Amino acid sequence: MKTFSVSKAVTALMLAGLVLLPLYSYLSGNIFIMTLFTRIVILALAAASLNLIMGFGGMMSFGHAAYLGIGGYAVGMLAQEGVGSGFIQFPVALAASAIYALVIGALSLRTRGVYFIMITLAFAQMAYYVASGLARYGGDDGLTVYKRSDFSGLINLSNRTQFYYLCLACLFAVLFLIWRIVNSRFGLVVQGLRSNEQRMQAIGFPAKRYQLVCFVISGTMCGLAGALLANNTDFVSPAVMYWTRSGDLMVMVILGGMGTLFGPVMGAVVYLLLEEFLSQITEYWALIMGPLLLLIVLFGRGGIMGLLGRLNRG
Amino acid sequence: MAEPLLRVEKLVRRFGGITATDNVSLDVAAGELHAIIGPNGAGKTTLISQLTGHLEPHSGSVSLGGRDITHLPAYRRCALGLARSFQITSLLLDFTAADNVALAAQAHAGHSFRFFANARKEKGLRDAAHAALDRVGLAHRADVLVSKLSHGERRQIELAVALASRPKLLLLDEPMAGLGVTESQGMVKLLQELRKEVSIVLVEHDMPAVFALADRISVLVYGRVIASGDPAAIRANEDVKRAYLGDQHVVTHHG
Repeated sequence: MKTFSVSKAVTALMLAGLVLLPLYSYLSGNIFIMTLFTRIVILALAAASLNLIMGFGGMMSFGHAAYLGIGGYAVGMLAQEGVGSGFIQFPVALAASAIYALVIGALSLRTRGVYFIMITLAFAQMAYYVASGLARYGGDDGLTVYKRSDFSGLINLSNRTQFYYLCLACLFAVLFLIWRIVNSRFGLVVQGLRSNEQRMQAIGFPAKRYQLVCFVISGTMCGLAGALLANNTDFVSPAVMYWTRSGDLMVMVILGGMGTLFGPVMGAVVYLLLEEFLSQITEYWALIMGPLLLLIVLFGRGGIMGLLGRLNRG
Repeated sequence: MAEPLLRVEKLVRRFGGITATDNVSLDVAAGELHAIIGPNGAGKTTLISQLTGHLEPHSGSVSLGGRDITHLPAYRRCALGLARSFQITSLLLDFTAADNVALAAQAHAGHSFRFFANARKEKGLRDAAHAALDRVGLAHRADVLVSKLSHGERRQIELAVALASRPKLLLLDEPMAGLGVTESQGMVKLLQELRKEVSIVLVEHDMPAVFALADRISVLVYGRVIASGDPAAIRANEDVKRAYLGDQHVVTHHG
């Protein structure tokens, strides 16, 4: 057995907290906390998916929020057209995200470094403007989802607790998949490419093929987060695809710890809780949040997970 | 005469006005250790890069086992049995020694679109990695991160990585670079063992090593092959002596 470690203990506490949250909400009568944490869990899922390409694959995508929009619009548009079944909405959301990722990835992966960051950003902004132009679906103002995805009585998304647990189950499923992928043959190749692409080519791996598949897996996972998010807010608008949203996701990943399994979840929890509480204290919360993030990134290499890891040794 | 394992014909590569590879032709027979020597800037690494597919030649051809590979990408050539080591050590620093070598074995054990099973628990890959590490005498360092290994050890890992892909032809770009005297001797001994199993193209500055190891030597100067032959013939060649001038005594006295 491995020995006790601070980061493992904190991670376990956090996961237990997420699982037990509805109980706390029920006992304390605090309904708001459920709303807040449903959002946190969904964005943690999005951050975890980004971490797969950014942390493990070394592909700095600055356009990941596009999938939140694509997943969301798939649900919203189908709902508006009278297709309310989640069994149709969710697969369509995933498929649309996968196709978008395939096209964007195939084009973006021709570039490296800063150019890759810029081109993924540009494509996401393009998606943003396309959504703004969809007059039939609300354009700039966004699209109200009048009825949440219907899973034929299997699970009721309008029930706060059921919806929360659905989101949490999705998060855990995605984390489980990422864990398996990262240690698989495929995962080792992708991480090898992050470490030294020239070497990987020299020992016989066609780099782009593996990176593209990884890019598509990540995008599809984030599309799921998008579909859940639209259900959570009963609304989808171009704003979810805006570049600041992509930036938020990146910050969550870096804050929690790139290339660690639970880092992005930790990052999402801390970032969104900070945002929530600081904005209650002052209107200028960003003035406190900015320097705070800067400090963590400067002094805590490896994010919160890195800090916890050092606590253990120090 | 049997088809040579590697045949290079009239290879030309220019960089701007400089012709770094100027009509180079050479053959490497199966089982041969063919050394390529030449002063600094003679175009040795440029030549190797064209053999491995990291650089496109402007004209000429490269064939491996009778198959034209001039325009194949690096990873395809690797699949056909061509492995290389880098002049400047190029490894996955944040991976362990065993992981580095196992990945090379993995590259030659079918595709890697396997998403679920733990690759570090695949016995076939791990065994191949340990065998290759053992071959270069580093089995005891298998689970150490490459970033924590010494320069000499990394040179050995380079070799183990190349071996793990079970190549037909090994391209070694200055495997002795930066090694101490004892380490160099160890490397020579190792190459003497390896040459029994695999054909080798060796680019090297260390003349005693080259003359001790090579079956044939080609001398590259300003991108051209000015002489090619067995070590004795090269040692006696007037053109080679002139090209090496300062290094002349090295060529004549050692080996």
